[in-house]
Amino acid sequence: MASFFDIRARKDAAASAGASKAGGKQENARIQPWVEKYRPKTLSDVTAQDHAISVLKRTLQSSNLPHMLFYGPPGTGKTSTILALAKELYGPELFHTRVLELNASDERGISIVREKVKDFARQHLSNPPAGPAGIEYRKKYPVPPFKIIILDEADSMTQDAQSALRRTMETYSKITRFCLVCNYVTRIIDPLASRCSKFRFKGLDKANAGKRLEEIAQLEKVELEDGAVDALVRCSDGDLRKAITFLQSSARLVGALQTAGDGPDAMDIDVPRKAVTVRIVEEIAGVVSGDVIDRLLQAMQSKSKGRAFESVNTIVEDIAADGWSATQILQQLYDKLVFDETISDSCKNLIVMVFSESDKRLVDGADEHLTILDLTLRISDILQSNG
Amino acid sequence: MALLVDKHRPRSLDALTYHDELSERLRALAQNGDFPHLLVYGPSGGGKKTRVIATLKELYGPGVDKIKIDARVFQTTSNRKLEFNIVSSIYHLEITPSDVGNYDRVVIQDLLKEVAQTQQVDQSAKQKFKVVVINEADHLTRDAQAALRRTMEKYSPNMRLILLANSTSNIIAPIRSRTLLVRVAAPSEEEICQVLESVGAAEKLKHVDALNKRIAQESGRNLRRALLMFEAVYAQNENINANTLIPPPDWEALIAQIADEIIQEHTPAKILQIREKMYDLLSHCIPASTIIKTLAFKLVPKISVNLKSEVIKWSAFYDHRIRMGSKVIFHLEAFVAKVMRMLERQA
Ligand SMILES: Nc1ncnc2c1ncn2[C@@H]1O[C@H](COP(=O)(O)OP(=O)(O)OP(=O)(O)O)[C@@H](O)[C@H]1O
Ligand SMILES: [Mg+2]
Repeated sequence: MASFFDIRARKDAAASAGASKAGGKQENARIQPWVEKYRPKTLSDVTAQDHAISVLKRTLQSSNLPHMLFYGPPGTGKTSTILALAKELYGPELFHTRVLELNASDERGISIVREKVKDFARQHLSNPPAGPAGIEYRKKYPVPPFKIIILDEADSMTQDAQSALRRTMETYSKITRFCLVCNYVTRIIDPLASRCSKFRFKGLDKANAGKRLEEIAQLEKVELEDGAVDALVRCSDGDLRKAITFLQSSARLVGALQTAGDGPDAMDIDVPRKAVTVRIVEEIAGVVSGDVIDRLLQAMQSKSKGRAFESVNTIVEDIAADGWSATQILQQLYDKLVFDETISDSCKNLIVMVFSESDKRLVDGADEHLTILDLTLRISDILQSNG
Repeated sequence: MALLVDKHRPRSLDALTYHDELSERLRALAQNGDFPHLLVYGPSGGGKKTRVIATLKELYGPGVDKIKIDARVFQTTSNRKLEFNIVSSIYHLEITPSDVGNYDRVVIQDLLKEVAQTQQVDQSAKQKFKVVVINEADHLTRDAQAALRRTMEKYSPNMRLILLANSTSNIIAPIRSRTLLVRVAAPSEEEICQVLESVGAAEKLKHVDALNKRIAQESGRNLRRALLMFEAVYAQNENINANTLIPPPDWEALIAQIADEIIQEHTPAKILQIREKMYDLLSHCIPASTIIKTLAFKLVPKISVNLKSEVIKWSAFYDHRIRMGSKVIFHLEAFVAKVMRMLERQA
């Protein structure tokens, strides 16, 4: 049996795979998860984020670029945008010599970042070939006279590594531009952040996210039931990546239900499909079914303290055994309680504090079962003594 | 001889006995090359791993059953050498990065890139990508999780991840965003009974319906536990009937004893005795959070209604302290003292 770590076998395999690469492009796209398949390739492909995109498009003309800081929640297009910008600036030939990407999967200690940046900055500035081909190339791509260093996931760099970066940024500022990308702008030290133009990437709004999802659904020939797009958007909370994954999984599921028994190849045939429903989307997204939440709320509002404890305890035990995510439970309970008009504001004040504390505990890794039980009992107490 | 739990583990999606809908979902995903990264979560003993292995089989066929174990050495930036075990077939590999504690990031960085940058050895493989199964993903450090982010995107043509976790709250948002979350609920008591019945039949053991029901109930919907109890009961008794005693695991019996002692006597001397027992549990590798949770649930039925919520409140409070602090015994003991005081004031 060939070993997983038999390097020779792997190299041979890689070589033969390379040989059969012709025509592999199409196939390559097919075998990727949809989030990668539909990653925006140009700035115009990026959905929403109008402000950032319009400013960046202007820089394509001006052939100058500030240092930049992109920040915002996951799945809003930060990495896609900077990669698309770099591609449009340099084109495929020069991309690899002009752009350095360092992310959290690279070793990013102080000295390593400094070395890597130094080596990269010092390399001779690659240019399009001389002659007509080069002139053509320049017509398509501006190829400005600097390189770009992308520090993706910069919020996972230590403070020290970030401070060390200040000097490096200055030393090479003539020939390099930095783009820092992160989720939490507050984790970037001020001296660094203040050197950059900041671009905030917002969670995608319903209209824009919906539009993109519908486009993809059309390209993949997925039927969507009324309301399914709304459900996708709602369950993914502005994170387009998540929404696309939900869409893919729902599509696979209905596709499979449809063709069960027809063999796997039947999937590719263009036949009318069963539609993706709201229920399927919610199931895939891990939304806790409304009646579990309702039963829990009802138990919490029992008049007698003894009864409240017993029934809350039993329901929470089932919730834990069913593996519902505690953060999801918290979110759904919160939505119900905070928008419940029959609960007084002073009560809500107290309740919100319990949520705050429980959320923190969960993030710290406290036991989910105990945390949810504690939360629900305390809220039950609040409701009883103020109700 | 293999334990019943291992011997009768289903090996394919078809052979899985419960959550048929979920099995169909996994099958639907596994039939396509665009299989997404997964985060499989749910309570322990509910069959997450079994389901993942069955999914691998659906992806690649019987070749995934031929596994071997390698020990690999990694070097940290401070030149420390780490030894690390890897379970692999030619199609997939399985790692438990939390084995190396805070150095898990090094392993993730090196190993995953290496896997991702090499192609499938078997050119006739059903999938072009390999799968890396990461056990105990909820114990990964933040740094290790961050290190997964771009790797999951960049190398997705060559590699897909399946993360296994008991819960998702410790998984950072960018990783949750990059994976399809798959919840595996624990089987219901009836479903456990069905498994016990079929395992019993395969082993030609006498079938006692009422006993199976009791085992299912005792197990707290944990199938692994139920099978272990089932095996123990049949191994230890000649005559099996509906009332045959089901011995709890030693550690649980000890915690039940601690609960009784807390109820009976509220003195510093007692706390001291309980401390010995706590150390005993800890030295047998029972996690402090399991101790506090089990203790709280053993206490609750024994105390008056108005104290029940209080006990839960403080157990949750000290469980959090256990996660954040470094000396677990302090927090265990503080909880014991707290409960004793509550009982004393009540009396
Ligand atoms: N604004 C957008 N327009 C189009 N597609 C998007 C957009 N945002 C996210 N996507 C989709 O989500 C995927 C991930 O986006 P991207 O990698 O840019 O996210 P990110 O903001 O860098 O997230 P993270 O903070 O988790 O790194 C893309 O491949 C694409 O499919
Ligand atoms: Mg990104």
